[in-house]
Amino acid sequence: MLKDEKPFRAAGQASATFESEARPWSTPGEVTNKVTSVIFRDTPLWWWFAFVVSLGLLGLYVVMFLSIAIRGTYLWGINVPVVWGMGIVNLIFWIGIGHAGTFISAFLLLMRQHWRGAFSRFAEAMTLFAVAVAGIFPLLHLGRIELFYYILPYPNTMILHPQFRSPLVWDSLAILTYATVSLIFWYIDLIPDLGAMRDKAKRLWVKRAYGAAAMGWRGESRHWSALHRTAYMLAAIATPLVISVHSVIGLDFAVAQVPGWHHTIFPPFFVAGAIFSGLAMVLIFAVLFRSGFGLSGLITDNHIDNAAKLMLVTGLIVTYGYLIENFAAWFTDHDYEVALAVERALGTYAPLYWGMIISNAVIIQALWFKRVRRNNTALVIISIFVLIGMWLERFVIVPVSLSFPYLESGWTTFQWTIWDVLTIVAPFGLFLVPMLLFMRFLPLLPIHETQQVAIEEGGHE
Amino acid sequence: MVHQTHDRDDYDFPETPNEINLTEMAEEANFQAMLEEYPRQAAAYQYSGLSRRSFMKIMGASLALTGAGLAGCVAEPPDEQIIPYARQPEEIIPGIPLFFASAMTLGGYTTGLLIETQEGRPTRIEGNPQHPASVGASNVFIQASILHLYDPERSIEARKDGQSSDWETFLEELAGVLEDAGDGAGLRILTETVTSPTLATQIETLLENYPAARWVQYEPVAQDNAVAGSRLAFDADVNTVYNFAEADVILSLDADFMSSMPGSLRYARDFMDRRRVREDQTEMSRLYALESSPTITGATADERLAMKASDVEAFARALAAALGVDAGDAPQFAPWPEEWFEAVVADLEGSSGSSIVIAGPEQTPVVHALAHAINAALGNVGSTVTYTDSVVASPVITTEDLAALTEEMNNGDVDALIIIGGNPAYNAPADIAFADALEQVPFSMHLSMYADETSQLSTWHIPSTHYIEEWSDGRAFDGTASIVQPPIGPLWDTVHSAHEILAALNGTEGTPFEILQANWESNYEGDDFESFWRLALHDGVVPDSAFEATSPSLRGDLASALGEAGFGQSAGLEIVFRPDATIWDGRFANNAWLQELPTPLTKVTWDMAALVSPETAEELGVVNEEVVALTLDGRTIEAPIFTQIGMAPDTIVVTLGYGGDITAQEDAPSNRNVYGMRTTTNMWHGVSVRVENTGATYNLATSRWVEDMPETDAARAGTLRTFIDDPDFAHIEHSGGANLIPPIIYDGYAWGMSIDLTSCIGCNACMIACQMENNIPTVGKEAVESGRDMSWIRIDTYYITEGETVETRFQPVACVHCEMAPCELVCPVEATIHDHEGINNMVYNRCIGTRYCSANCPYTVRRFNFEKYASELPIMQEYRNPNVSVRVEGVMEKCTYCTQRINMARIAANNENRLIEDGEITPACAGACPTQAIIFGNINEEDARVTRLKEQPHDYGLLEELNTIPRTTYLARITNPNDALHGSSEEG
Repeated sequence: MLKDEKPFRAAGQASATFESEARPWSTPGEVTNKVTSVIFRDTPLWWWFAFVVSLGLLGLYVVMFLSIAIRGTYLWGINVPVVWGMGIVNLIFWIGIGHAGTFISAFLLLMRQHWRGAFSRFAEAMTLFAVAVAGIFPLLHLGRIELFYYILPYPNTMILHPQFRSPLVWDSLAILTYATVSLIFWYIDLIPDLGAMRDKAKRLWVKRAYGAAAMGWRGESRHWSALHRTAYMLAAIATPLVISVHSVIGLDFAVAQVPGWHHTIFPPFFVAGAIFSGLAMVLIFAVLFRSGFGLSGLITDNHIDNAAKLMLVTGLIVTYGYLIENFAAWFTDHDYEVALAVERALGTYAPLYWGMIISNAVIIQALWFKRVRRNNTALVIISIFVLIGMWLERFVIVPVSLSFPYLESGWTTFQWTIWDVLTIVAPFGLFLVPMLLFMRFLPLLPIHETQQVAIEEGGHE
Repeated sequence: MVHQTHDRDDYDFPETPNEINLTEMAEEANFQAMLEEYPRQAAAYQYSGLSRRSFMKIMGASLALTGAGLAGCVAEPPDEQIIPYARQPEEIIPGIPLFFASAMTLGGYTTGLLIETQEGRPTRIEGNPQHPASVGASNVFIQASILHLYDPERSIEARKDGQSSDWETFLEELAGVLEDAGDGAGLRILTETVTSPTLATQIETLLENYPAARWVQYEPVAQDNAVAGSRLAFDADVNTVYNFAEADVILSLDADFMSSMPGSLRYARDFMDRRRVREDQTEMSRLYALESSPTITGATADERLAMKASDVEAFARALAAALGVDAGDAPQFAPWPEEWFEAVVADLEGSSGSSIVIAGPEQTPVVHALAHAINAALGNVGSTVTYTDSVVASPVITTEDLAALTEEMNNGDVDALIIIGGNPAYNAPADIAFADALEQVPFSMHLSMYADETSQLSTWHIPSTHYIEEWSDGRAFDGTASIVQPPIGPLWDTVHSAHEILAALNGTEGTPFEILQANWESNYEGDDFESFWRLALHDGVVPDSAFEATSPSLRGDLASALGEAGFGQSAGLEIVFRPDATIWDGRFANNAWLQELPTPLTKVTWDMAALVSPETAEELGVVNEEVVALTLDGRTIEAPIFTQIGMAPDTIVVTLGYGGDITAQEDAPSNRNVYGMRTTTNMWHGVSVRVENTGATYNLATSRWVEDMPETDAARAGTLRTFIDDPDFAHIEHSGGANLIPPIIYDGYAWGMSIDLTSCIGCNACMIACQMENNIPTVGKEAVESGRDMSWIRIDTYYITEGETVETRFQPVACVHCEMAPCELVCPVEATIHDHEGINNMVYNRCIGTRYCSANCPYTVRRFNFEKYASELPIMQEYRNPNVSVRVEGVMEKCTYCTQRINMARIAANNENRLIEDGEITPACAGACPTQAIIFGNINEEDARVTRLKEQPHDYGLLEELNTIPRTTYLARITNPNDALHGSSEEG
């Protein structure tokens, strides 16, 4: 049992007047029933509809992937100097989305913010699937995919190792680490719930399936003890990953000397941006699950409120990043930075740049107001804008900066093709299919943690 | 050839045999049959899958080949003895190339060159240092000409009335025609401009045998105006040779003498030799240039005046009057700035005997005559201007010749017409309906490399040899003769040369070689013809064959001969016709390298654009890529607009050669044919052209030129005065230079390069040379539009506007081999690394294509293979340089300082136990450059040329403030403008 009850008492009491649904699910058993009931009922129609659409997108994704892998990267709108396009933009976008999950699971766990429990399960799942989507892009964007393993330090007769000064090598190691740790962390945390599912299951084969996955969990106190120790240890490993992985992505650009990339603020700026976009995605899911599955007792207004505040904070950091970029260009009078800043804001890409500013810096200011933070529709709309805005930010950083190299004779714009649009849209299929399957077959909330939260907030033992 | 991005599986090739038994192969019944039916396929069958070793066996087993009757289907040396050039071992050693001296003819005039062969295959062309017209350099046409030898679309089949036929049938029919020819009243022979002594002799013989026959010459870019001007001035046919090495002041009257005149390579070199400004050498010539179209001569000039083409004559008249030449009155109007004119007059008067006034081939005969008169008045004749007898065997006004011939054809007076080369049905002036007339001729024959428009309208089409594969000769701009020595015999059994045609007409026996040698022997006046012949073949120059100087005298009644200056200033728009800087008159339209080459100054690739100045575009209300219909005297063509900064006002420039049948461009628009608009009275410019916006747009694929020097100050320039006052003017203070990493010490060789921006004329020779040496593919128009062109070296062009004048700066940019290379830092797999001699190496087989290096290169010099661009057609693999890998898709490539040449020099030096000497290694770009703007060498060597250049005060590194420490540095451009025209002295 965890000791830090005071902050939650206060939070629970303060929000008591808002919570009308919290009461009926205050007992651990009721929590379990509520969460598992989502799974053990018949598949709702909307799920089938969403699944079919996602499968369609997944099919498009397979077509896109195979085409680009087999026919070549020329299908994209990239050229020299805009050598990085949709492959990299979407890579950063999807990893960024994943970061909120780890932040919620690991970071907030270490900081003993137990309200995170409302989000942690599906946020972590979201991380996992987002990283899976993202991880394919570094492969896909290679000129010679079949030789991708050159980037890994494997023993070989040529006694060649990767060039460790390159951020791409750090990238490959960071993403692999991140994926592995996320997977393990997510799974370990899932085990008690899998046990609960096994106990609740009616049909024998379902019972056996969940049982195998639960790996013999019986809820004994030593199991719990081992679980907590492992979870905290994994959280301790995963937490620095939140910072390091996206810092490394940021370093991909900061290490390069391209105007618009060579900014020392990029590592923290990218991390904040990643959590920002990830929280937006989390919020969308959270709001949808609340209403869709009637889980507002477990995902309370307070929880949403906190997540929204976090989103505002990270959004403000991102806004600071935009301001600093332009200030630095002006202050240092670095000719190329100034040229880029001007072209970025006033050139052919201006609509995209200003779209980014409005989505990321302006619209989120509404989150200062409690009324907005408590309004589901507003949150979903703001979150969608944030997602769009963060995608635009990656576009502004990658192809737009590359369009304006030092020597003006090389200035060339990104040339949109249908394959670029596919590369943006189709990965949603790869993300949503496992997400929908997860929603259908695995508990959306961590049962044991939610029980704790409900007990603490409800005042029961 | 049509650009290929993917395989074209036209041929069915057998497996690569380890042993090729040629006799067995020849004896196979269906092989023989195949040879007869499909000679093209048979030849390809022979090339397919041949490993180098097998190829060597064939070379050695050439007897078996000859016995089987397959002679000429492989690249074997001709049966005659050919003499390789320079320092080569006795036998062919695989991996060591052999060089053969030869020459190429363009516009009638030849330029000497060296053909590099690898295992008997011609793979490269470069200049011949011993030839006066080449002086070691070459231009884009000479270098790219090798593609036509291997062009899969080249005609290799004789055709009669559109059906395939053969040489023997042609000879039979020709014999019949000649029998009925009598004294040749109905016999005509049409050639392009001829300087070849042997061909001229053969034609003379023909005219002796058939006294009533006529010899007609025509080509679309001929020296008609120069010929007429010479007759106007001297009442004789003279050839003018200029000595720019002695000239202090030069006035170009619309003459692009640095790129498109006979002798241009030499003129560019000589001109630049007077402008190599160094710390201890600050004498510089001054070039005033009038130009009516964008030319590199104008761009390089110290003082440039863009002027309507029709006003140049008035300027010349005014100038003659001002210099006291008795050539008529000055014109009444003067559409040029008075101070500019005064400055020219003053400078010319001040440099008598060391000045040149040169008239452009496109200007009227009056301008030419005036130029002769002015040069005479200035005392230039004998020092900077020399006259010789005409180099052309029979100088004519080609348009008059062709017009007369066409009239005869229409009247039915022509029974037999033999057309040697050219494509008159396509490029005759629009008011000479040659194509229609050709259909009237009962027996016509066209000898050409492609089955083009003229071939289709002729009775007979005979496929022509390429100059690399058959013997011939020719004369250069100063009369120097060269033997065109082929390193290989004809690639195909079915191609024939002009000499064979003439031999057939004359009824003489012998191969072209025999005819050639016999002609030379008969004119040889010494006692050792053998040695003379061997030397001529070895050097590529017939010794002492330059023409002697003559002293023609101006006609006394020049003023009246030149007529009145009367006409007023032309109103309205003028249209100017110019040969295209990449495909000339259209003969190179099927050459993908040249089509994809950005036109100097405009940087347009693949298409023809109508050039206008920004002001004119505004007046017309058109913007770039809008298609306009241009109408002159009722004849219309269409072209997309392209605004070109600094152009002459009220002028539209269109270039020749587009809109024809034979082109490498896919889906080329057909209404771009300028020959449909150009008439005999308006060969080079026409007044009162009507422009209408058609409303359509057309995408132009262009590289990018830059207006105004951005803050990068990449291409730095200053005037001569600035350099003298402040030699360090090119150094810009900047922070940085501090380095946490200790500098790497390079013992041994340290390769570096210096590029003199004063000398670069933007001619693009280096781009083609690099492409040829390094197997760089072409990518096609769409890919260029997308920004995926593959040039390892490019010419960045900057236009700096100051008031009324526009200054042009050219800057060749290739990988500068940074000592602190940003690309090496970021490659995840170590595919780009630095070697101990300072070269940034690209390891193709390690590259996985992340493209991070290209993103991090501040010079944007790295090129990525987005697709598999290299063709896999066997014939297209023949000309590839075996010393350079052909890159697959997904890998990055860039300039390597021609590392293969460095390695060859190193091997040679190691074998001889010595160090590599300065000048032993010449990268392809440096070798091709006409003005020797690019110098390469070992910067650790104190006296190396490159080291001394880097010590010059005006040496600087491109983007050096980024701390890249580039090995290629630039010498700032120094110009010599006339201070009187610019107020106070100022930075250029």
